[in-house]
Amino acid sequence: MTTLTRSAASTPRKSRRPLLQAGMPPESLLMRVVKTVVLVLLCALVIVPFVSVVATSLADQQQITQAGGFVLWPTHPSLLAYKSLFAGGVVTRALVISLLITLVGTAISLVATGTLAYALSRPGSLGHKPLLLTVLTTLLFAPGIIPNYLIVQQLGLLNNYWSLILPVAVNGFNVIVMRAFFMDIPHELTEAARIDGAGELAVLRHVVLPLSKAVIAVIGLFYAVAYWNAFFNALLYLNDNAKWPLQLVVRTYVIQSVTLSDPLNSGPVPPTDAVQTAILVISIIPILLVYPFLQRHFAKGVLTGAVKN
Amino acid sequence: MTATSHSARKVAPAALHVETSAQRGGTFRQRLVQRAKRDRILLVLAVPGILLLLLFRYVPLLGNVIAFQDFQPFLGIFQSSWVGLQNFSILGDAEFLNALKNTVIITLIQVVLVFPLPIVVAILLNGMLSERIKRIVQSILYMPHFLSWVMVVAITQQFLGGTGIVNSGLRGAGMQTIDLVGNQHWFLTLITSQVIWKDTGWATILFLAALSRIDIGLYEAASVDGASRWRQTWHITLPGLRSIIILLLILRLGDALNVGFEQILLQQPAVGLHASEVLDTYVYNSGIIGGNWGPAAVVGLLKGVVGVILVIGANSIAHAFGEPGLYEGRSAR
Repeated sequence: MTTLTRSAASTPRKSRRPLLQAGMPPESLLMRVVKTVVLVLLCALVIVPFVSVVATSLADQQQITQAGGFVLWPTHPSLLAYKSLFAGGVVTRALVISLLITLVGTAISLVATGTLAYALSRPGSLGHKPLLLTVLTTLLFAPGIIPNYLIVQQLGLLNNYWSLILPVAVNGFNVIVMRAFFMDIPHELTEAARIDGAGELAVLRHVVLPLSKAVIAVIGLFYAVAYWNAFFNALLYLNDNAKWPLQLVVRTYVIQSVTLSDPLNSGPVPPTDAVQTAILVISIIPILLVYPFLQRHFAKGVLTGAVKN
Repeated sequence: MTATSHSARKVAPAALHVETSAQRGGTFRQRLVQRAKRDRILLVLAVPGILLLLLFRYVPLLGNVIAFQDFQPFLGIFQSSWVGLQNFSILGDAEFLNALKNTVIITLIQVVLVFPLPIVVAILLNGMLSERIKRIVQSILYMPHFLSWVMVVAITQQFLGGTGIVNSGLRGAGMQTIDLVGNQHWFLTLITSQVIWKDTGWATILFLAALSRIDIGLYEAASVDGASRWRQTWHITLPGLRSIIILLLILRLGDALNVGFEQILLQQPAVGLHASEVLDTYVYNSGIIGGNWGPAAVVGLLKGVVGVILVIGANSIAHAFGEPGLYEGRSAR
């Protein structure tokens, strides 16, 4: 299954294209126009809100009021909203907290997921079946809010940043995706290294990992996005709002339109439209930065290949 | 690691270990020790991940015992008194029934309205574009999937709230404004549109992969026979997607009682609980915020049990229709 998908998504696909067009009766011009219009509209539906959010964050209040809150191009662009946000301590602090949680969490997740996936990539090894079953069963159910809360409380992790990382550090689905990828690495390569006297760890480091960059990138992105975007676990486990990550600050500023008291005491920043959209932009930028580098891996069937397995 | 095992693994990696351990003979215990020695590094590598899963996915299940307790946080699980099935009377509670009703309605609407959309978009994308344009469109449509619900809800408010674009337009046209984000009558429409906006693009990824696996020869043969594009879509494309559609429907069914927890929780203050309370928010609001730990744990526990039953049930139905369903991989590997 996995091999099929991957090869279908890469080279043979391109050579097949002309065949497909030759094989099918030509579409009517009308149909083509309709399809193009639909797809352009869909893309606009995604892009326009982004553009508008960025434009609003750069516009002055007068223009925003005149435009009724909907700005596509700031006539007098200014960074005032950003300056006032970063002048206070709340957003800067939350940004640092979120970045640290994301970096540390993603690193821990990748190591724990990768090692477990590799350990499960060899059927027939000792304990393979029960271990695999342990992972697969987690896909069927989740413990639920109250049991999760109780375990975090019992472990003494309430109001501690580890409560945002450890409970979600390993995701069963991601383990299965990585495992499928490892299992697809030709056995000849790993065997050759073993015959040359490489131990298990050396094989993992020098043969398997270099071949697995794509899957590491994609799974890493999944974890990073999950850590960056998480808001409910912070709401649940952190009762001190000085520890809040960015998403909770965004929620307070933008959705509840409330300001948080500022540790730098420069006076709270009013939740004007520009400030609200500026804080949105700040929280979207990291995702926009990594996305282009990682999205090309999606097409390679890293994900789709493992779904069936 | 012996020389035999090297050559054998190349041919049949799965069968290898069984063979060699049988050849080596010895008692079960000796063989176990041998295998443990051979696989010790693999076993060590599995430890951190497995420990985390056990600690945060399995051990918490024990916490469900508070469904049978008059749980008091300051007493803890071990000191709180046992009350038998008393907490289960929550199942007749009007607020719980309302949450259940809302959950079922939202699930039904989303399965009917949201589920088919990515199939349509995938077929649209697959049919016409050059590889390059297709990839650009895909990248754009995948993007919203990576935004948090906080951001999606915030953007929605910017656009549809009292001062947003829709109301500015209405005001400009001299018409009455509608509060789309704070009105319980619009709530279902609102959250359904948000789900469509956020995840339709991303959901096409699996359908596109399945489409690329359909044998092109089928289309050629069909067009030689004079089948129109519509007929080809109906008789070749859709059957080619059948397995993946069934698989995803099973997964969706297993998730039937999970309806956008973060999404709804964020918007509850604006629309009120009557329209927006679902099972998960009920557990949170009544249990953790309201302090009714026991009854809320009952709801959470039953929700989990029903979820597992739904997945297993849907999977058996798929098997009955000769589809691989969800567990195929487990037996194959």
